[in-house]
Amino acid sequence: MTLATHDNTTQATFVTVAEPKRTRRSFADGVFADEHVMMVLSPVALLLIWEIAGRLGLIDLRFFPMPSQIFTELVGVMSSGELWLNTTASLQRLAIGFVLGGAPALALGILMGLVRPLRLFVDPLVAATYPVPKSAILPLILLVFGLGEASKVVMVAIGVFYPVIINTTAGVLAINRTYLDVGKHFRATPWQTFRTIALPGAMPFIMTGFKLGAGLGLILIAIAEMIGAKRGLGYMIWNAWEILQVEMMYIGILVIAVIGFIVTILLNQLERWMVPWQSGR
Amino acid sequence: MSSVLAFQSSDGTAGSAGRRAAADPPIRIRFVGTRKTFMIGSKPFVALEELNLDVAEGTFFCIVGPSGCGKTTLLRILAGLESPSEGRVECSRTGKEPPRMSMVFQGDSIFPWMSVWDNAAYALRLRGVAHAAIKETVDYYLDRTGLRRFADYYPHQLSGGMKQRVSIARAFANDPEILLMDEPFSALDEQNKTLLQEELLRIWEETRKTVLFITHSVDEAVTLGDRIMVMTAHPGRVKAIIDVPFERPRSVLELRAERSYGELVYRIWGHLRDEVQQARDQQQSNG
Repeated sequence: MTLATHDNTTQATFVTVAEPKRTRRSFADGVFADEHVMMVLSPVALLLIWEIAGRLGLIDLRFFPMPSQIFTELVGVMSSGELWLNTTASLQRLAIGFVLGGAPALALGILMGLVRPLRLFVDPLVAATYPVPKSAILPLILLVFGLGEASKVVMVAIGVFYPVIINTTAGVLAINRTYLDVGKHFRATPWQTFRTIALPGAMPFIMTGFKLGAGLGLILIAIAEMIGAKRGLGYMIWNAWEILQVEMMYIGILVIAVIGFIVTILLNQLERWMVPWQSGR
Repeated sequence: MSSVLAFQSSDGTAGSAGRRAAADPPIRIRFVGTRKTFMIGSKPFVALEELNLDVAEGTFFCIVGPSGCGKTTLLRILAGLESPSEGRVECSRTGKEPPRMSMVFQGDSIFPWMSVWDNAAYALRLRGVAHAAIKETVDYYLDRTGLRRFADYYPHQLSGGMKQRVSIARAFANDPEILLMDEPFSALDEQNKTLLQEELLRIWEETRKTVLFITHSVDEAVTLGDRIMVMTAHPGRVKAIIDVPFERPRSVLELRAERSYGELVYRIWGHLRDEVQQARDQQQSNG
């Protein structure tokens, strides 16, 4: 900072306390200013380090095949159609489970937020069953729903159900009382209250619930498919382990990661569309 | 208390006799021994002490009182948001239905998830009014409140003053017979407040609906009201009812320049001063 002093006749001394910031734009500033560049930079760097470490013989290639090896294998399984088959099987289960778990959770969550007796009645059940690890009940689900599609879908549905119902209820409870008063004052019917106040008012929380649910659903589908499935990404990974085809394991993991990434982007986009009043996020 | 009795003998008893002078407007709202007690934990809390009050048709009726005196409770009972613990509230009716009311709430009450237009149309949509009629009414009041350009905006894009305008447009668009306003301008800065008071007066003077207007500002009450009720500190009772003699249409700024305006404000403060002090003492002994 420059120190500007003036000697006046009154002998007052002035010090500059505010002036325009001096900005020198470097190359790095330009690159890092673009947020999309920032977002791909870290995964690319990781893959690069991995590849280099592999080529230098710093890591055991039996456990950690280099990205280039995995990629070569990926091209192979993609052309055989095997990967596509497994991916669509998982996606289908995921989608059905998402709807089967999400829809009732959404409806029940909003009702619980609006109707106090119902909340007092259902809350203990949710609170008691929520902490049970969902993977721990897989054998029970297999027993009840069999080894077919139903058990996989149910696992996803359970995973989606909890975050959605808990967040939806919290979302309705977080709605400013005045908004509900406005509805009551203008004589909104229960359905109108649901449509015009509870649902849109809780929407930010509901979207959070669905995002968490999607993540949990993905975890659970992978686990469920490892046991007693003949198709799906979980099955593919497990099968690769059994025949020690390490590259295939990595491909399965990679595809699941990509699905998770895409689902998150889609849900973020959906949120922007459903919650247009919350800007700047 | 004497002014209350005087009011009742000139209006209330004449009304109950069923015959009134032609010059007297009919009674629109009547509080009959209305009392409200809340339970705070296991202790009863009297929010509103027995209230007897008549409000005449077409009156801009202001209620001032120290905070916690139950003025909001009074309005919430009328708005259908609370029910009285004792007594009742009556409204004269023109049709079969009880008269329609619109409330302008204190602070943020317009929905963040609806555009300005949808917010203003809210009450009409709930009633299932035909779309063409909604469009006409909403456009008219958005025009009157200077919001037409902002019809597609969401509340987060608006200033506090504009949000309150939307709330006023929503209330008027509902075509109420009675308008309830709960400190609608209290959160606004002085300049916005004056502007909105002016606008409210202009819109109100077109229709002259019965208004119950709650405020903690004596200035605001004198500026807007035909009649002002001063309430006591907790528990809320009627301390005085004062008529405001100023002619309409009024201009907020010109009115404030008048000598009689200052005198009336001073007089009402005379009624209020002890109550505010008492309310403060209560708060200190509670806190």
